[in-house]
Amino acid sequence: MNEQDTPTHGSEVGPTGHGTAVRLDEGHIIGDGGIPERFSNPGLPVHVPRAADLDHDAARRAEKQVTTLFGISILGTLLFIVLYFLIDVEETIYVPGIGVTSASNLALGVTLALALLGIGFGAIHWAKTLMPDHEMVEERHPLRATDESRDRVVNEMREGGNSSQLTRRPFLKYTLGGALGLFAVPLVLQVAGSLGPMPQKSLSLTFWHGGPSGPGQEPEFRPLRLMRDPENTPVRADEVTVGSVYHILPEGLLDLEEGVLEEKAKAAVLLVRLQEDEIQSEKQLDWGYQGIVAYSKICTHVGCPVGLYEQVTHHLLCPCHQSTFDVTRDCEVIFGPAKRPLPQLKITVDDEGYLVSEQPFAEAVGPSYWERGQ
Amino acid sequence: MSTAPTRPADALRQGDRPAEARPGAAARTVGGVAGWVDDRTGAAKPVGYLMKKVFPDHWSFMLGEIAMYSMIVCLLTGAFLTFWFVPSAGHTIYDGSYVPLRGVSMSEAYASTLNISFDIKGGLIIRQIHHWSALMFIVALVVHMFRVFFTGAFRKPREINWAIGSVLALLAIIEGFAGYSLPDDLLSGTGIRAMQGFVQTAPVIGTYLVYAIFGGPFPGEMIIPRLYSAHILLIPALLVGLFTAHIGLVFLQKHTQYPGPGRTEKNVVGFPVMPVYAAKAGGFFFIVFGILALISAVVQINPIWAYGPYDPSAVTAGAQPDWYMGFADGALRLLPGWLEFEIFGYTVSMNIFPGALLLLPLVYVVLGVYPFLERWVTGDNREHHLLQRPRNSPVRTGIGMAAITAYSVLLFASGNDIMAIKLGMSINDLTWFFRIGFFVLPPLAFWVTKRICLSLQRRDRDTVLHGRETGTIVRTPDGRFFERHDTELTPDQWILVQHEPVAPLELEPAVDENGVARPAARKDRLRARLSRFYFADAVNPVTPEELAAAHYHGEEHEAIEPSETSASGGAAPIESAEAGRH
Repeated sequence: MNEQDTPTHGSEVGPTGHGTAVRLDEGHIIGDGGIPERFSNPGLPVHVPRAADLDHDAARRAEKQVTTLFGISILGTLLFIVLYFLIDVEETIYVPGIGVTSASNLALGVTLALALLGIGFGAIHWAKTLMPDHEMVEERHPLRATDESRDRVVNEMREGGNSSQLTRRPFLKYTLGGALGLFAVPLVLQVAGSLGPMPQKSLSLTFWHGGPSGPGQEPEFRPLRLMRDPENTPVRADEVTVGSVYHILPEGLLDLEEGVLEEKAKAAVLLVRLQEDEIQSEKQLDWGYQGIVAYSKICTHVGCPVGLYEQVTHHLLCPCHQSTFDVTRDCEVIFGPAKRPLPQLKITVDDEGYLVSEQPFAEAVGPSYWERGQ
Repeated sequence: MSTAPTRPADALRQGDRPAEARPGAAARTVGGVAGWVDDRTGAAKPVGYLMKKVFPDHWSFMLGEIAMYSMIVCLLTGAFLTFWFVPSAGHTIYDGSYVPLRGVSMSEAYASTLNISFDIKGGLIIRQIHHWSALMFIVALVVHMFRVFFTGAFRKPREINWAIGSVLALLAIIEGFAGYSLPDDLLSGTGIRAMQGFVQTAPVIGTYLVYAIFGGPFPGEMIIPRLYSAHILLIPALLVGLFTAHIGLVFLQKHTQYPGPGRTEKNVVGFPVMPVYAAKAGGFFFIVFGILALISAVVQINPIWAYGPYDPSAVTAGAQPDWYMGFADGALRLLPGWLEFEIFGYTVSMNIFPGALLLLPLVYVVLGVYPFLERWVTGDNREHHLLQRPRNSPVRTGIGMAAITAYSVLLFASGNDIMAIKLGMSINDLTWFFRIGFFVLPPLAFWVTKRICLSLQRRDRDTVLHGRETGTIVRTPDGRFFERHDTELTPDQWILVQHEPVAPLELEPAVDENGVARPAARKDRLRARLSRFYFADAVNPVTPEELAAAHYHGEEHEAIEPSETSASGGAAPIESAEAGRH
């Protein structure tokens, strides 16, 4: 019965024997005494009959339990049908521990669960109590085919190659190989070529450049008012109090017929007013207006909107991967996975006192990409 | 019948043979239909074979079943959802019954998901079952993978199935991502946005890839229908195909079994499909489905109405993906920003690219390759159908635990913001803890696991060598007392000694017997070193010799050839045997 042999790993290098196991001559010698090298498998244990195998009442009890479970399932199904028609989809219900929840969701889910679990537990209880529990032994056979079968396959292949003259006429082989290798190209080309347009300059442009900035569009710069999102109203510089934050979109973006989300994904800006003496960067002060500074809201990591502004520390935190930008230091990254500061939008005020852009973003906004620096 | 009073007419019936029971109507129909099918397919033979096929019983074998059933539930509920879901980013104004969002402009995908949740009777329960079963599918799949790994079930001849399983695991994750991106709510849209950021960082082709995937600038209107086609057609087709191959191989190769009395490499001990496994496995499907239905009834998942429609300039705090994407997200949170650099004016985002694009395939390639690596190291080319107890392969178990630890560090890192809030800790400290932990904890886990395995193995040896205490006190002629221990191995102790002894491979000597240098190939040296890593401090099972030697003490006769170790006295027979080893 001892299936396992001595350790024989590898062929070119041999085993060291029994590892560090105690050898006979290190302990007490009882002669070789015919002691086997390994223990032998004791064989299948004796079958222990279950209560239901021996006791008629126990079997009856098991039967009752199984039929009860199946009965519960039927009941669950019937309840599901009734409740489906009874409960309106808009009804809500308060359940302790869950809170206010959809009554129909709860009712249908629970009754469906009853219908399913009744069958499941019933069938398994049946299998465990009443079905035969004698373990069966099935022999395994080596998976590999016989040598003859293997040879036959090789010979058939060779024969096929010969009889089709593939071996005699090699050009058949080369051209067929070439044709098969190439036929996928048109299909791949169609998919790869037509999935989307070339990006062109669209990743480095935003609506702040003067208008729609999709592939192939090259807007001409004009100063754009900073508009509140979603009210779409311009912001006067004197309305912006110290410590306040505005979500800003360029003037005209929300009036677009199409492409609003695409432009928003690049043009969203956060407007913050700091005390001028808190600003540590000359350029930042210069590109702002009396301590009002505008920064791209699109994280330079992977593009989530940088949504969390801590007024006390002047830190901007991206909720996706926790990149932290310091607004007083030109939005430099002070923690987290982002590398580049948020790009600043140069702003000023127009004749009517509204904040306007003075120039578009000087660099591409949002996540990095290969040709970004070009 | 016998108790009925005798009537004159009864005499007439004497000698009658009872009428043979006619086959029941059902049996006749089944026989007819089955016969009809068999006439045309010859299916009786394989079906008969399958019905008698034996499967071994163990709770851990149900993990794969849970994955399989969850997948089936996913397919079923997913088919339902397609009846109402509109896979379009087309613009619409919501006017359904969820009041807070009435009049809000949104995509048709989001609006139709709201309709499924609020206006279609039973729609929410189907949607919730779909989501819960997807989560359950991947959890069960991962734990099933752990079981297969730690018991060495991936060894020959099952390497192919392990590789198929690895691909299945990867596909399941991608399928899940595509699925939870479909409703186009703010949270899932943020997930797509992050995915767009990842792809964009791919060196050289990043921007082209992004424009190809999104059909233009992000977000565009193509991504929802494309994800939909991937989610309901492409990936499920691959999943179902590979899964069929996976389960087919299990049938073909017969299931592995845990070692035990009567279980050998050459047999399968268990229960036949008909009736036991048909009932157990069939019933288990209903239990899995039922539990998923119950969870979906009482635990809300992904309340998309709370997030609002996707807007690329808005975000919710605590944005997190579904759990199975967590490790990649965690990796992104840990990679420091300074890893990004520019070279010749081109940007290389090593702070994003490795975690977002490389990690996922890398994990699954390493996983898929492991059986081949281990086979190369051990040189073990035999078929294995008996599973190993994890303790009996301490190094592999250690490697597995180290990998799980690394994975868990990344997974927990993806919740660093939530943890910071709940625990009142600094998110920066937590991030640093995870950054360091990613490098420190896995080796630690490896070491601890390996030591635990070795200790458990030693305890197994001790248990066997100790023998069974008989309660019989024996006095030796020289006045010593000892309790006789029964040296007979009980059947339940077979599990402690059944595994194979192992030893590291050794290089052949550097010179042959003639003193001629025999430079071992560098490959062999590496292999020998790896083999030592695996097996150098192996604890091998007690052999009959050792057991006999351990119990020689205190028998009626003194040792024939007393040796050094016997002087340690009869009081500690096991320790003396052990002392020679450690």
